[in-house]
Amino acid sequence: MTDLYQSQRAMRRMRQQAMERGVIAILDVGSSKIACLVLRFDGAAPAGGEGVAALAGQSRFRVIGAATTRSRGIRFGDIHAMNEAERAIRTAVQAAQKMARVRVDHVIACFSGANPRSYGLDGAIDLDEGQVGETDVARVLAACEMPPIGAGREVLHAQPVNFALDHRSGLSDPRGQIGNRLACDMHLLTVDESAVQNLVHCIKRCDLELAGLASSAYVAGISSLVEDEQELGAACIDMGGGATGLSIFIKKHMIYADSVRLGGDHVSLDISKGLQVPLATAERIKALYGGVVATGMDDREMIGLGGDSGDFERDSRTVSRAELIGIMRPRVEEIFEDVRARLDAAGFEHLPSRQIVLTGAGSQIPGLDGLAARILGQQVRLGRPLRVQGLPQSATGPGFAAAVGLCLFAAHPQDEWWDFDIATERYPARSLKRAVRWFKENW
Amino acid sequence: MRALTPPARDPAPSRLAYRFERLWLTPLFRKALLRGGPVLLIAALPGLWLTDADRREAFAGQLATLRHEIATRPEFMVKLMAIDGASPELDEDIREVLPLDFPVSSFDLDLEAMRETVIGLDAVRSADLHVRPGGILELTVVQRVPAVIWRSDNGLELLDRSGNRVAPLARRIARPDLPLIAGAGADRAVPEAMALIAVAGPVRDRLRGLVRMGERRWDVVLDRDQRILLPERGALETLERVIALDQVSDMLARDVRAVDMRNPARPTLRLAPGAVDELQRIRRLQAGANEG
Repeated sequence: MTDLYQSQRAMRRMRQQAMERGVIAILDVGSSKIACLVLRFDGAAPAGGEGVAALAGQSRFRVIGAATTRSRGIRFGDIHAMNEAERAIRTAVQAAQKMARVRVDHVIACFSGANPRSYGLDGAIDLDEGQVGETDVARVLAACEMPPIGAGREVLHAQPVNFALDHRSGLSDPRGQIGNRLACDMHLLTVDESAVQNLVHCIKRCDLELAGLASSAYVAGISSLVEDEQELGAACIDMGGGATGLSIFIKKHMIYADSVRLGGDHVSLDISKGLQVPLATAERIKALYGGVVATGMDDREMIGLGGDSGDFERDSRTVSRAELIGIMRPRVEEIFEDVRARLDAAGFEHLPSRQIVLTGAGSQIPGLDGLAARILGQQVRLGRPLRVQGLPQSATGPGFAAAVGLCLFAAHPQDEWWDFDIATERYPARSLKRAVRWFKENW
Repeated sequence: MRALTPPARDPAPSRLAYRFERLWLTPLFRKALLRGGPVLLIAALPGLWLTDADRREAFAGQLATLRHEIATRPEFMVKLMAIDGASPELDEDIREVLPLDFPVSSFDLDLEAMRETVIGLDAVRSADLHVRPGGILELTVVQRVPAVIWRSDNGLELLDRSGNRVAPLARRIARPDLPLIAGAGADRAVPEAMALIAVAGPVRDRLRGLVRMGERRWDVVLDRDQRILLPERGALETLERVIALDQVSDMLARDVRAVDMRNPARPTLRLAPGAVDELQRIRRLQAGANEG
């Protein structure tokens, strides 16, 4: 646990260094594409003054380079062929660097796979003094009981989502307030350790320093949910290529995240198998003619499949769009049913506002919101990521929700457990002894 | 219906290309290569060419020839030297110490060293050297003006107001207009001597000269072997007092050998040997005693 604490603090330090240097790269490692954005922080103070900054703090940075490449070696959001993944990351980073005309050394990455699992923790302490201080916050976070997350799992996010002081709950920042008993709720997101290590290794091999890690479901939620939705309770469903991530927000904090290991690639695979066409062709006709609601018009719209046999005269098959929709719809329904199961397990129906926002490249299938409304609930909308300065037009689509969210995450990180100093009583005696010895030797 | 194309070849860069690209985007490296590279190349080409000793020698020879050609152009040749403000003897001396065989190139003239040489002459107070257009080396000299004659062990010498040597003198009578000083170390106290001589104006026609005693104080020597012994400090004021005494009581006209003012608080007169008897005789006469 201390190991993780140290490594996360090291990443935080790296991020601060990158901020000082002014250039940081954003890497969205997805199953169908890898996006890399290069941000320049000019350090200008946000115009909003104290408290919430103007434009949620995103006026502080500017995207100066953007590149996307077809991802390889990644399946279900996890790396399964290291060399291929490394080459793909290299391609994206190099192209973005070239566009930005600047060398980047620090990168913040997000990924969708690695079986994320959410835990809600709570802890409480009695305050020594009447006033809540910085150390008290650290102590109450340390007082949260660690659930058995299992072997080979790693904590990715550990965010305090709520503080309660005596009988008053819902405090976002208890510091400086008076009370006797401080309690906190923490949201813990764990992922498979091996998947994270693979990603870290890939990024190391590209000569880059990792300055942060995030779950793509979380960052997609940051960028595509509007402020009211984050406040009142909403779920963001990020429909990627190999995995569909979902994250639930309330009171501007993520309280649940999960992912379904199904995505757009499975739809393409179904088309490829059903129509007996190459995967690339299947992908193409899915993007150009795909849909989930068939109408009478679709029976008459014929799609040419072409053929690889070389005999163009004989091998020129066509299918109607209705047939294509007939293949796609069951798979999309299956994805939504899985998502629905996860939402039910998380208790989504108890939220005051049950807004559902579909984002990710998969959400561009025509008629998807209608289908989602039937399965997930009435309040469904299609979300696109927030606009950030300097983002090229080609990177403003819903497929870049995670990348843009990661930009916002880099500019305005949520307080995590490791952002607070470790509570003094948790320090091992050994390190105290070491400190004493250091003082003796040096003074 | 559209023709379907296979996906484009994947453009993944090799590790080497990727690393080179990152290196190229490093600002320091880029600047060093873009600015420093050409400079290094330009510096390296002649450097490589000069590594061969023969080439270096030939190059140095060419340079020397070129310099000689330029230096010996008629525009740079100096044909004669003009000396201003020097007496004929000094003119001769200067031409003797500056052995130049004209015509000579102005590149080969070391004006500063020549000026030092000229100033090294005793009779020269300051000198200015210029090469004038037309090939004339112009030397403007300010001569030292002799103010006193110094009689020392080495004979007679002329000194200027500040005690610098001007020229040797054969006989005292050659410069009767100049006052005489004598004694070792007198040349180092010439300004004081000049002031004393100026103060001694009223007894000028009797003044034989000044003698430096023990390299610290002056004696004023008058004719009839009279001396005024002046103190080490405040000699000027003391001499003024003596002159004033003389003007009031005509002291120096009497039979006095020396006026000893070495201790200004206790002036002492030394009378001539016969004078004491004479004084006592006069005193007795005044007292009314009979003669004999």
